[in-house]
Amino acid sequence: MPNQPILDHLWIIPLLPLLGAAVNGFFGLKWPNKIVNTVALSSTGLSFACALEAVREFVTYVAPSGQIFRKEFFDWIVAGNFRAGFDLQMDQLTVVMVLVVTGVGFLIHIYSTGYMAHEGGYYRFFAYLNLFMFFMLILVLAANYVLLFVGWEGVGLASYLLIGFYFLRKSASDAGKKAFIVNRIGDFGFMLGMFLLFRTFHTLDFHDLFDQITKQNWPHEAWGAFGMMTIACLLLFMGACGKSAQLPLYVWLPDAMEGPTPVSALIHAATMVTAGVYVVARSHILFEHSETALVVVGTIGCATAFFAATIGLVQTDIKKVLAYSTVSQLGYMFLACGVGAFGAGIFHLMTHAFFKALLFLAAGSVIHAIGGEQDMRHMGGLRKKIKYTFGTMFIATLAIAGIPPLAAFFSKDSILLQAFRREGGWHPLYFIGLLTALLTAFYMFRLVFLTFWGQPRYDEHHVHVHESPWSMLGPLVVLAVLSVIGGWAAAPALWGGKDYFSEFLAPVFGSGEAAAAVDEAAAHNLEWTLAVVAVVTALIGIFVAYWLYVRQPKKPEDLARSMQPAYKTLLNKYYVDELYAAAIVRPLVWLSENILWKVVDVEAIDGTVNGIAHGATAIGDTVRHTQSGNTRSYAVWVVVGALAIIFIIFWPALHAFVAPAQAAVTK
Amino acid sequence: MVPTQYYLILSAILFGLGAVAFVVKRNIITIFMSIELMLNAVNLAFVAFSQSMPDLPHGHKLDGQVFVLFVIVVAAAEAAVGLGIIILTARNRRSLNIERVDLLKL
Repeated sequence: MPNQPILDHLWIIPLLPLLGAAVNGFFGLKWPNKIVNTVALSSTGLSFACALEAVREFVTYVAPSGQIFRKEFFDWIVAGNFRAGFDLQMDQLTVVMVLVVTGVGFLIHIYSTGYMAHEGGYYRFFAYLNLFMFFMLILVLAANYVLLFVGWEGVGLASYLLIGFYFLRKSASDAGKKAFIVNRIGDFGFMLGMFLLFRTFHTLDFHDLFDQITKQNWPHEAWGAFGMMTIACLLLFMGACGKSAQLPLYVWLPDAMEGPTPVSALIHAATMVTAGVYVVARSHILFEHSETALVVVGTIGCATAFFAATIGLVQTDIKKVLAYSTVSQLGYMFLACGVGAFGAGIFHLMTHAFFKALLFLAAGSVIHAIGGEQDMRHMGGLRKKIKYTFGTMFIATLAIAGIPPLAAFFSKDSILLQAFRREGGWHPLYFIGLLTALLTAFYMFRLVFLTFWGQPRYDEHHVHVHESPWSMLGPLVVLAVLSVIGGWAAAPALWGGKDYFSEFLAPVFGSGEAAAAVDEAAAHNLEWTLAVVAVVTALIGIFVAYWLYVRQPKKPEDLARSMQPAYKTLLNKYYVDELYAAAIVRPLVWLSENILWKVVDVEAIDGTVNGIAHGATAIGDTVRHTQSGNTRSYAVWVVVGALAIIFIIFWPALHAFVAPAQAAVTK
Repeated sequence: MVPTQYYLILSAILFGLGAVAFVVKRNIITIFMSIELMLNAVNLAFVAFSQSMPDLPHGHKLDGQVFVLFVIVVAAAEAAVGLGIIILTARNRRSLNIERVDLLKL
């Protein structure tokens, strides 16, 4: 057995951030920022280092044999034939997730030391952030659904705490609650899905579960069939919809922008919101057995991508645009999963983590530079003043627009390619995906042009624009490099080489994607055609944005006026929040107030308690008259009592004495 | 020898008289005396049962008679406390009528 110091103690990767959270949370209040920094950064940094070492050990010793690494550390719940242990596993999918979480997480921790330097509750922020890292790592390292669910709920908790970080602001605490409650709806489905899986297979362990399905040749359920597998998948997907902000549960993510910007970058862009995609990819064996579930996943993903992109077109808050962009990109990942291209979905997840984290951090840097302003209508002309922020943000924007050779070009291209190639009526999804790519390029460049080009629209006398410190710019530069090169692993495929990324993931997802291409040359031609189409589409989007927001800055207002109803609808996000309020929230509030409060609580519960008390009073009021103060009446009671006791004690004897006599009389 | 039943019947009569007097009479002294009567009726039953017990190999079984001694002691103590209360009542109320002692009512 080769030496695997970290892999054999895999628990150390999640434990380090937990320690950091505990130390900062319990003792950080009185500490200066420097000590809090040291604790938070060293715990995440060490965790990242351990993750790197674990991956090295995995790739060197375990992966070549085609195995996954799996270890049971201790039993957590054992009841009958149910066992949920603290079991961690590492396979190629986990490798990608762990590196993204610890790596991007570490960078964002560094950034936060600069961004949060002047904020109150500094130690609290880092305690929460480290706590988030702990739960996220549990989520990706877990070897069964139950432990995964612990991480799943834990990141929800951390997300809630961090969205409501400025809890004195009502909108922030409301947004936190909204995120938590909407996620709860999804989690309800997730739990039901777990129960159904356990009922059917008597295990929730990934390895055993998927092994059973493969070995038993579990039947594939065709389109339209609602078998057990379809229902389980749809329930799991419901949880994924909540966590990954898909239709119809996406409403919490835009509001989650109330949290500090590093939080938006780490939790609401790079890692937590991709947990849904991760779960779907992790459960790909289940999803592959149900055509219906795949269609639903693909359709919802595609619809969300398009829907969110259209809202993103008209938002004016820089973080809101990025939030809708995140929802849209997550839709892409689900589209990939829906067409069975799980590898492509995870690939996009990774590149998205780079460029979207970068976009958020750069946006944070912009906000930092002009003193807390988030509205793009009050920015403009910042290009020359904050060069590094502009440069990195521009790279990220090119990346998300899908311009080669940046990261998202390859990942997005591979998703669209798989959608196009998939047999059986999937072409509409491809075209909507392409249209979404056009919209994405447009709104992202709109953001960049509004922020960095044109005339300054802020008050130049009061706002002193300044570049951010290097603790913030450093992570930006690293992420910018990653956004450029992050997709190159897949690049050789365009020249007839190997797609190294999907090859790496092949042990997890199987190599079905590559086998689909029968005619090598035709497939290759198709790949180039689609790539060119995608790039041209993106360029059109960029050009339109350039024309509208740089050359003719008056034009957008005219356009908005001429298309008033459509513009209004988009600006108000299709009135979805209002619709939910009218259809769900208000009836629920009415029900709670008029039924649950005024009838169930006041009448039934309070009524019972008060009724018992009143009853006691009434009985006492009647019985108190026996206490007359008349000693002789008391004496009578004593005598009556004594006689009663004698009677009760001697009743059986008396009865035995009387009964035969009576019997004799009746005869 | 007088049969045990006779003693028991006498005891029951005495006890009944005491109980009835306890309830009916108004003078506190009389009530007090009826309590003594009931106690002594019980004493009589005790000694009667004690006497009717079969002889044991090493002598007579004396539980009943020991009980009687206890009852007499308790009755003496009770008489001391009870008469003290009666004297105080008589001083405060200028009466020995039990019906005028009715402060303990709601």
